[in-house]
Amino acid sequence: MGLEEKIPGGFLLTTVEKMVNWTRKASLWPATFGLACCAIEMMSFGAPRFDSGRFGMEVFRASPRQADLMIVAGRVSQKMAPVLRQIYDQMPEPKWVLSMGVCASSGGMFNNYAIVQGVDHVVPVDMYLPGCPPRPEMLLDAVLKLHAKIMDDPLGPKRAAEMAGHRTELIPSSVRYSGGRRTMPVGRPEANLG
Amino acid sequence: MSEMSEPGTREATGTSPAVPERQYVDLDLPEQGRMLTTVGGDFDDVLGETDFTDSEQLILNMGPQHPSTHGVLRLILEVEGETVIGARAVIGYLHTGIEKSCESRTWTQAVQFLTRADYLSPSFNEAAYCLAVEKLLGIEVPRRAQVMRVLLMEITRITSHLVAIATGGMETGALTGMTMGFRDREEGLHLMELITGLRMNQGFIRPGGVAQDMPDGWQDRLDYFCALMDKRLPEYDELLTGQPIWKARLKDVGVLPLQGCLQLGVTGPPLRSAGLAWDLRKTMPYSGYEEYDFDVPTTSGADSYDRYLLRVAEMHESLKIIRQCRQKLAEPGPVMVQDRKIGWPAQLSLGADGTGNSLAHIRHIMGESMESLIHHFKLVTEGFPVPAGQAYASVEGPRGELGAHVVSNGGTKPWRVHLRDPGFVNLQAISAMCEGGMVSDVVVAVASLDPVLGGVDR
Amino acid sequence: MTSADDSVKKVAPDIARQQEAAHSTGLAPDVRSGVVPPTTSERHGMFYARDSGDTSGYGGLVRPPHVPQASERPYGGYFDDVADALADAMAERQIPETAIEQITVAHGEMTVYVARAHLVELLQTLRDDAALRFELASSVSGVDYGEDVPRRLHVVYELLSMTYRRRVRLEVAVDAGDATVPSAVSVYPTADWHEREVWDMFGIAFAGHPGLTRILMPDDWVGHPQRKDYPLGGIPVEYKGHEIAPPDQRRAYT
Repeated sequence: MGLEEKIPGGFLLTTVEKMVNWTRKASLWPATFGLACCAIEMMSFGAPRFDSGRFGMEVFRASPRQADLMIVAGRVSQKMAPVLRQIYDQMPEPKWVLSMGVCASSGGMFNNYAIVQGVDHVVPVDMYLPGCPPRPEMLLDAVLKLHAKIMDDPLGPKRAAEMAGHRTELIPSSVRYSGGRRTMPVGRPEANLG
Repeated sequence: MSEMSEPGTREATGTSPAVPERQYVDLDLPEQGRMLTTVGGDFDDVLGETDFTDSEQLILNMGPQHPSTHGVLRLILEVEGETVIGARAVIGYLHTGIEKSCESRTWTQAVQFLTRADYLSPSFNEAAYCLAVEKLLGIEVPRRAQVMRVLLMEITRITSHLVAIATGGMETGALTGMTMGFRDREEGLHLMELITGLRMNQGFIRPGGVAQDMPDGWQDRLDYFCALMDKRLPEYDELLTGQPIWKARLKDVGVLPLQGCLQLGVTGPPLRSAGLAWDLRKTMPYSGYEEYDFDVPTTSGADSYDRYLLRVAEMHESLKIIRQCRQKLAEPGPVMVQDRKIGWPAQLSLGADGTGNSLAHIRHIMGESMESLIHHFKLVTEGFPVPAGQAYASVEGPRGELGAHVVSNGGTKPWRVHLRDPGFVNLQAISAMCEGGMVSDVVVAVASLDPVLGGVDR
Repeated sequence: MTSADDSVKKVAPDIARQQEAAHSTGLAPDVRSGVVPPTTSERHGMFYARDSGDTSGYGGLVRPPHVPQASERPYGGYFDDVADALADAMAERQIPETAIEQITVAHGEMTVYVARAHLVELLQTLRDDAALRFELASSVSGVDYGEDVPRRLHVVYELLSMTYRRRVRLEVAVDAGDATVPSAVSVYPTADWHEREVWDMFGIAFAGHPGLTRILMPDDWVGHPQRKDYPLGGIPVEYKGHEIAPPDQRRAYT
């Protein structure tokens, strides 16, 4: 967007920035880049039980020209890497990349000739999500943390300079939205999550 | 051609890559004649400039990133108007080197790689491999382990068919079919998570048996699942089977008659839709399938609609088998072969912190039995050796015959594992199924074959 | 083949079991065996110990190469029927007996080692003859038995007879320097992609294939990945301060 260049800097921008970031994160349209097993969990994330639609993300745009977020879900092979880069290039700014699963983040269990050892060799990644495959709730958590990052995005180079070195505090969704109640760690027999 | 965008540079207009003015190449080739290659831009501009009105023949690329190609499948279509006159499939975009990775792991660790090949039917990959390894070892898997394997395989078959119907629906536009399919799949995954610990890619079926016994409370959970599926599976018939648009999209599309199926080596629902009741569970049973009472649905239309009907019917049959497993699991027994030199200690259970081995098991191996300690240590680090030779075992997966050809050189690691994936073989039929049809029928035909590119490319 | 210092040769129980299994199917190999190449090379020692400093005694261990043994008649089960029917059909179609190098029955399966010159004829016979009827070629795959083994590259054909509900395996062995096998596509069209995959992964060329190109790797890839002299290609991983080598370069104890 050319908004950043057109509006002069100043204190007014902080509110405009928050509003612009809010509009961007509230309807983050993912591009379909499901490759392997993680793609199925990503589809489950769009399915009724885990429902990405409540975050404005149920439209998985087939065309990268209409998408904001590329969720690289699955292992990227050597043959697929140029295609990945081309899809990334075809997305308009602003765009974010979420590498879902260990295969996308680091090559995963496939430390061999055929798999690119981490999608960040090909595209810049904003959020890494480990798991093999990560549960849809884990993907949801990663998306919410990405929302938190997007809310802190600077609007234009002057704001970027002011905010240099700032790190978004990534609070897990289970803590942030727990309303102050202390949650039990998963796995204990008493916390039967049914 | 669009160039790579440099990070940090921006055009004044705000779009990232520099758009070249000319977006086509006009060549006069000796054999093919005049050929216009374009990667973007407006067709009216291109045609207006070049005066290319000779024929309507286009070569389209349904590229690896596509919402409707069932995975990273690339289809190159030669299209004349709306009719497809040539279709070629290009695969390899998901080649993971699974088979070569297995060669540097022990026989039990290799299961974790193979389970991710065909990721919609993980239990079947594992079962085919374990059956082949057990052939080489010459051991007999305990009965309870066989029943648990059948249970997992049938639950996996239901979830796989649900994805096939759901994604088939999504690709043709029946989006409610997709939401329904994934909603019901969650129930199956929840049940598998209770039994195995994971929703997908479980790695539960291992050479010698299965990893652990059934957890507490499984009977109620399994009954709940069966009752729920009884209610939910007929809903697919209500939603799709009689629906006129669905029928119009699927009837007489992607026809592959019996001779074509046998020549191309196609097995599974496409073969059964052509009239041949070939199901390895009935014809060459394995893992105790001869004791179960179920039918093999067969139709004779050989088109996509028949394959859809077959998949729904097979889900009902799988539910029947799951109920019979419920009966058979009433008797207790070991779930891993008793030979201590092979059997992974299968009495592992959760400790107080929710992970790892139980205190009882650790007390046993550390305090009570030296042999158990040594066996546990050697099995975990080195693995068990398998006599030299080769074996081929196959199971009836949701897509067709899933086979594993396993070669051993006498060591503790596989020498070669080859997975005969049904999707790989069935996908060869795509040219025969699509040529002569319309472009929209290509999507339906691929969906009716239901390839999973993880298994196709391995 | 056997070690000179028999006195220090210790055979571990699992190796004894393996040797027993290899020899149990045939007492005396028939005249045609010895043509089938071994599947392992002779292996000395364990723990890579060679000289003094190895007090385990495993350094003197010698394991002879494993050669698939020809099986003695009767094979048992349906294998005799298949072998007889095949012999009859070959006589009918004037395929010489030397086309079959060896028949091995092991682990409940029958493997027919064939000479590549007669491969297509034999496949045609197996498919068309009324007593054989192996309509479906389940799988055509390659195996590489290691750099120091003669005729190391094998192509394995798994055939399925739906009429008689039987399986049989055909195996062809070639050298790496002369890796050409006639294509089975004329008999079993399903072998098309399978043979492309064997070419891609092992470098075995199939003469007469309609379009032998790479199928799994990118078109301009160099090398044949599933050969044993091709590295797994992993990268070292740093985890919690330690560097872990790729899986094929870690220590092995066998």
